[in-house]
Amino acid sequence: MKTDYDIIVVGAGPAGSLTAWHAAKKGARVLMIEKRQEIGAQLRCAEGISRKGLVKAGIPMDKRWVCAEMKGARLVSPGGYELKLDESHAGSEVGVVLERHRFDKALAAYAAHAGAEIRLKTAATGLLKQDGKVVGITGTSFGEPFRLTADCVVGADGYESQVGRWGGLDTTVKLSDMTSCFQYRMTGLKTEPDFCEFVLGSVAPGGYAWVFPKGDDTANVGMGLLGSKLKHPGDAKMYLDKWIKSDPRLNCGQPLEAVGAAVSVSPPVEKAIADGLLLVGDAARVVDPITGGGIANGCLMGLHAGQVLGDCFQAKDYSEAALQTYEKRWRDDLENKLWTNWMAKEKLVTLSDETLDTIIQTLAQCDITEMSVHNLLAALKEKLPELVKDFEDMI
Amino acid sequence: MSEVGWMKVNVEKCMHCGACAGSCPQNAVFLHEVMLTFSNACNRCGRCVKICPVGAIIMGAKK
Repeated sequence: MKTDYDIIVVGAGPAGSLTAWHAAKKGARVLMIEKRQEIGAQLRCAEGISRKGLVKAGIPMDKRWVCAEMKGARLVSPGGYELKLDESHAGSEVGVVLERHRFDKALAAYAAHAGAEIRLKTAATGLLKQDGKVVGITGTSFGEPFRLTADCVVGADGYESQVGRWGGLDTTVKLSDMTSCFQYRMTGLKTEPDFCEFVLGSVAPGGYAWVFPKGDDTANVGMGLLGSKLKHPGDAKMYLDKWIKSDPRLNCGQPLEAVGAAVSVSPPVEKAIADGLLLVGDAARVVDPITGGGIANGCLMGLHAGQVLGDCFQAKDYSEAALQTYEKRWRDDLENKLWTNWMAKEKLVTLSDETLDTIIQTLAQCDITEMSVHNLLAALKEKLPELVKDFEDMI
Repeated sequence: MSEVGWMKVNVEKCMHCGACAGSCPQNAVFLHEVMLTFSNACNRCGRCVKICPVGAIIMGAKK
């Protein structure tokens, strides 16, 4: 039976666009749908990404979506001790702060130029299935219901992720593996314009507070709080407002935009594929559990998904067995690090402000030439043997 | 305040971010661009109430 499309991608974020782009490049008829009226808006992101992340995903750097280039990052402990990581320490991990509304549109444009069709204000509301295989979607487009058939459906529907669950894939996240986030784009700040700042400890229970510069005296100022540490409804906004008020570098500023979001800090999904279905990006829970960063992993996963789907298109086979190549490729790239960082996060959220102070002080005195979990643990072993004990096998 | 299925949503607080939708263990919350709906699968676990960054969701009366 002739389908309406070879591949339907649900969600036009970076992971969806990379998938659509690379699949369309190999000749597949791709439809990418986005339920919002604009790609790249509304913002739900702090917009930081490492240069390495962009390179790995094969995205050529483009000044039009780079908002600010960073010289490094500052890790600040609850007591104000500071670990400064510049290019000499963090190398290509040092990043840029994006203009997401431009970045997402640029990636969608790559997909469009490769031949993908895009529909806005178009949401998937369910999956069409036949003999256990996904064969399309039901949805609404500008309020009008539709049914479209396809050989494969891609769930690139982000944290909200419903496609996977409709298809029988378990994307459920525990309360202790999700964060509630709030952020303002602020201007008139007195923070450093070329260093990303991460503040640890009870200022943002179970998470961290951040300042990601957006050029001049403007920055994304936000925080994420671990779900299991939330006490009252609206804690994320309340804690952020409290922090901004208490910091003289921040309380002189004014907000330009407010952003709410939840971010998963979990291990990745156990299974990201089924017959005629695959998941990419946040929907597959590949956000880094330590940093909460998801753009680079999502893009890389989209690259793999698009390339494998291109091969599936040529072989006319989108079965789970054929999609195993995708499952293997993204896991080879990401899975170990996601699990390691998840374990590190589980430990980190148990630490007191005093211990975090000791950790940052200790690390600031060591000359760590290359940032890695391994090097950090090795540096901490002498001063904090108890802390490092659980991770002995990683040193 | 609008009552959508089991939960009440303060539409003036809601920022349509989808935090509730992705956090729901029942997949009962759906964000239609800027409007939330709760399906009958909702078991009133209250996770959406907790995770909402601005506290826009309130547990509704049991039906």
